[in-house]
Amino acid sequence: MESTIVFYLLSALSVISALFVVFSRSPIYSVLSLIVCFFTIAGHYIMLNAQFLAIIHIIVYAGAIMVLMLFTVMLLNLNKELGTHKFNLTKLMAVITGGLMFLVIIASVKSSSLANYQAPAYLNIGNAEDIGMKLFTDYLLPFEISSVLFVSAMISAVLLAKKEVK
Amino acid sequence: MEIILFKAILVLVLFLISLGIAAYSTYAERKVAAFLQDRIGPDRAGPFGLLQPIADGVKMFLKEEIIPNHSNRWLFILGPCIFMLTALMTSAVIPWGMPLEFNGTKYALQVADINIGILYIMGVLSVGVYGIMIGGWASNNKYALLGAIRGSSQMISYELAMGMSIISILLISDGSLSLSHIVESQKGMNWNVFYQPLGFLIFLICAFAEANRTPFDLPESESELIGGYHTEYSSMKLGLFLFAEYINMFISSTVISCLYFGGYQFPGLEYLSAHLPANLVSVISIGALFTKVFFFIFFFMWVRWTIPRFRYDQLMRLGWQVLLPLSIANMLITGGVITFFNL
Repeated sequence: MESTIVFYLLSALSVISALFVVFSRSPIYSVLSLIVCFFTIAGHYIMLNAQFLAIIHIIVYAGAIMVLMLFTVMLLNLNKELGTHKFNLTKLMAVITGGLMFLVIIASVKSSSLANYQAPAYLNIGNAEDIGMKLFTDYLLPFEISSVLFVSAMISAVLLAKKEVK
Repeated sequence: MEIILFKAILVLVLFLISLGIAAYSTYAERKVAAFLQDRIGPDRAGPFGLLQPIADGVKMFLKEEIIPNHSNRWLFILGPCIFMLTALMTSAVIPWGMPLEFNGTKYALQVADINIGILYIMGVLSVGVYGIMIGGWASNNKYALLGAIRGSSQMISYELAMGMSIISILLISDGSLSLSHIVESQKGMNWNVFYQPLGFLIFLICAFAEANRTPFDLPESESELIGGYHTEYSSMKLGLFLFAEYINMFISSTVISCLYFGGYQFPGLEYLSAHLPANLVSVISIGALFTKVFFFIFFFMWVRWTIPRFRYDQLMRLGWQVLLPLSIANMLITGGVITFFNL
């Protein structure tokens, strides 16, 4: 009973904050409400008994990535209201990519049926130990490939940040 | 039901202890500074100046509250709130002592023994950056903005090396992320500091940077940035910023004691718990933890008056080019030793 109330509260908060990200005219409020949204999603992870995922979500997204976003907004002093000088092409691209994303979501929702959903009996899904075991046995190849991707991203970031050598 | 009541009381007590220790840290800081510089220090309010923190608190509350005209009012208020909130939240996962016993039931002296304890602390730390950033930006002042950016980039940079040195701790204490497990694995004098001296040094330096203490107090270096991110703050909002910093110092000292110095463990604890009533042992173990904590708080102050401030580029170079590679090497060596000797 309590968990249902908490679930609806969290869901309402995440939807409202996510909408605020899009509709807010000032970038700084967008960034701050995105942080709130990340926290509510971490709350959902905790309700699924996945504490490890929740805390990693907070450390990575709220603790690192959003700080960089906030940096950018603060340093460029973007707090003037935006939205008037967007090019038509930009708008068109945004509509196309957003629409494609929407299609993907619709497809995945359609293929899954929530009516006779049974929660898995095994509840330790979110432990560091279990995630580690899964990653290094069942999902070893995707894990290694994504680590190669990360290394290449890091190297390219360093290259971009370096002053040009003549 | 009783367990919830006990936890609620524990939370309240921890809240009061954190605030009390933060208040008396300000007094201790001035007394230690006076001692190191051959002065007397505050001695007017009460015997030995012991009422000084109360006088300071009253002064802070009674000062005029100024919110700058061109600042963002709500974010300006939100900044110190977040900073204080995150500072107080960290104490939830720390095991403070052996369990207390009432009517045959044992009550662990830890608010939440979650299986991600140490990651929780890292997460709260990384969220604490927002207090500084929002406060500094909302002040609409160049000095405050510069201080905020310095502070947050410093905290992000040093978090990496800190996390890496924590990984080597996890490797030698059965891989559990729970702080109570880490403390229990250091029975007697089996403290992690003897197995991880380099990791301890890295963690200590990072803790100084995370708590914005000298020699890494560049976010508020008064000679170049006036007050840093709290330049525009006055009255108790400034008080909250300063207070939260002392709470951070207290919590970092506690975390250092728990990770590297056995927390509430001390040699002879097992003998005592076999021969003395449980509650007495619990009180003694709390005393042991706080002895270590007070030593580290003193150490923080000692360093403040010993080592001069770094330059900003030196700070960044130390974080990224010295501490991070060292902590990765430390992690690799620890893992290699464990694998090859089957420890």
